[in-house]
Amino acid sequence: MKQQFVNNAASSVPRVRFGSWGGYLPWIIAIIVVAVLPLILKSSHSVSMLSQMGIAIVFALSYNMLLGQGGMLSFGHAVYFGLGGFFAIHALNMVGDGRLSIPLELIPLVGALGGLLFAIPFGWVSTKRSGTSFAMISLGLGELVAASSLMFTGFFGGEGGISGNRVTDITLLPYSYGPAIEVYYLIAAWAVISAALMYLLTQTPLGRMANAVRDNPERAEFVGYNPRLVRFFQFSLAGLFAGVAGGLYAISYELLTAENLGAVASGTVLLATFIGGVGYFFGPILGAMLITYLQTTLSTFSEAWILYFGLIFVFIVMFAPQGLAGIIMLHRPAWKAGLMSRLLPSYALAVIPVLLFLGGVVALIEMGYHFRTNYDPSEPMGLFGMKVVVTQVMPWIVAVAVTLVGAVLCRLSFRRINAAWADVDAILAGEKR
Amino acid sequence: MTAIALKLTDVNKSFGAAHIIRGVNLEIRKGERHAIIGPNGAGKSTLFNLISGRFGLSSGTIELHGKPINGLPAYEINRLGLSRSFQVTNLFHRMTVIENLRCALLWSMGYRYSFWHLVPRQKRLNEEAERLLEKIRLTARRDVPASLLSYAEQRALEIGATIAGGADVILLDEPTAGMSATETEQAVELIREVTEDKTLVMVEHDMSVVFGLADRVSVLVYGQILATDTPEGIRNNRAVQEAYLGTTEAA
Ligand SMILES: Nc1ncnc2c1ncn2[C@@H]1O[C@H](COP(=O)(O)OP(=O)(O)OP(=O)(O)O)[C@@H](O)[C@H]1O
Ligand SMILES: [Mg+2]
Repeated sequence: MKQQFVNNAASSVPRVRFGSWGGYLPWIIAIIVVAVLPLILKSSHSVSMLSQMGIAIVFALSYNMLLGQGGMLSFGHAVYFGLGGFFAIHALNMVGDGRLSIPLELIPLVGALGGLLFAIPFGWVSTKRSGTSFAMISLGLGELVAASSLMFTGFFGGEGGISGNRVTDITLLPYSYGPAIEVYYLIAAWAVISAALMYLLTQTPLGRMANAVRDNPERAEFVGYNPRLVRFFQFSLAGLFAGVAGGLYAISYELLTAENLGAVASGTVLLATFIGGVGYFFGPILGAMLITYLQTTLSTFSEAWILYFGLIFVFIVMFAPQGLAGIIMLHRPAWKAGLMSRLLPSYALAVIPVLLFLGGVVALIEMGYHFRTNYDPSEPMGLFGMKVVVTQVMPWIVAVAVTLVGAVLCRLSFRRINAAWADVDAILAGEKR
Repeated sequence: MTAIALKLTDVNKSFGAAHIIRGVNLEIRKGERHAIIGPNGAGKSTLFNLISGRFGLSSGTIELHGKPINGLPAYEINRLGLSRSFQVTNLFHRMTVIENLRCALLWSMGYRYSFWHLVPRQKRLNEEAERLLEKIRLTARRDVPASLLSYAEQRALEIGATIAGGADVILLDEPTAGMSATETEQAVELIREVTEDKTLVMVEHDMSVVFGLADRVSVLVYGQILATDTPEGIRNNRAVQEAYLGTTEAA
């Protein structure tokens, strides 16, 4: 009986018809969104945030070529981003001096070359092993490059880094790329092209074998593949796309420093990719957008933003290891069966409890931060539009109470959600209608 | 004289102080179905691991179609036309059934490490994968991740992945272990079908399978070949009866 159901469920999975328009639809939507967004979010802050998102997306997707697709946990992927960036900024400067003639639109290719150039030897060394050894070697190589960056000051510019000027007067299109909006569209175009190429790579023999080697390197050997070479090619291509992202960064910021290839940058792309979800191609896109939003927007509101960032990461690792993309894809069967209406009411009920709980937690964190870090803690601080004096007891009592009430209500409302899911699962399993 | 597909000469293997394979000499004829039987821990799987390049030999030589293969990495032995299955299912567990089969086909169809072919567009590759899928009777499970298959289905996929690359020497390690009687029957049918015109070496505990399928049988006891003969000859062999068959038949 059980067997019967499973068989039916499997055969009802529609066969993907490649080449049909359905496959292109997400891309067409993405292109439209990318083109229209800056017309809606017009402020200079938003445009620069969107540019940053584009760069972060390319970087995170390239990282997922390692982690999600190839099963390689790298702690040093920013090396290829940073080196690509340095190559690009030097190229920009040479174009500015007239020593080189590359149109600005193609500068990211210089970044790609820089990333690839270093990914080849470093990849050769680190892909010999997988698992923990790979992770450790990536960490070591990252430290090595970060240390060298302070030694070779001619190339890396020492503490101050290398700055450049993107307005070189050599362009393919009739734009100067001085205004931020023009840079946004350049980044957007590269991001879409890179994402499409990285997607297509997942569909190639190499991309498939990267998955295979991730799952079971030993079996890969017994179907004729050298797992090390699979990892090596995958690693090199990931380095190439990280270099594209670095090149875009060079154009956008006109400044590269040693920080761009350091451990913090490597850690950030890991977190972004993981939060977004390594199991789905679009996961890292979500993660990169969220992280960039937190970095650019939250950091202007709160000094504790890194703490929130960490809390989100821990939450995802513990409760949703498939990341944001996994949470979304969890709803796919219910969506297809038209059962979302059974879930949404329970979600709606949970909104206020969750907001209460989060509000309480945020209040506690912000008040704590103010108390510990402000020169004069008794100075009133702004919190959710109120003036709060953290040296008094009352605000603390209120914050704790709100948190606790929120927590209790969350528990109750999550029970509703679980019940709704049990319902939906039963219907999907055909045990109930 | 028939051609020899696989020839083992004085093969030895020790794990530390444990001498597991102790001077094995074995010739597998081209096109035959050869069963290796023996008690638990005799070294049957170890022998397969040596032949397929998973482990290195301690001493001796192994020749595939007259060419020495010991010391070669597993993927090169596979490219020379020797493929194996595993006693403990060993698949690409997060990938679907059809993806498992496609991956098993890629190298033999010449794609190597290509990152310029799109797999969904490769007509011949996909047709071949679908054909295999049908052959191993998993069409209904096409898009299910390997880890979610039933045990018998995983074993069938294991066989499919092993034969996919078109190897002409196939090693199957206990392909029917743990199966029900009907499942075993189906598996034997499948094995017979897919190893048509190929050389098959299989480890098997089920004597009805061995006597029904094999042209010749070798008995491995404590790392040594006790006898190699036709199933009939093995059945009537005194030494084998004493060392092995007698005990299982009594049990
Ligand atoms: N990698 C290894 N390291 C150490 N000892 C090993 C290793 N592999 C196998 N052995 C030992 O070699 C002996 C033979 O094992 P093997 O798996 O080849 O037996 P088998 O004949 O296949 O038995 P079974 O019928 O149970 O599958 C066992 O004693 C086992 O413990
Ligand atoms: Mg065994």
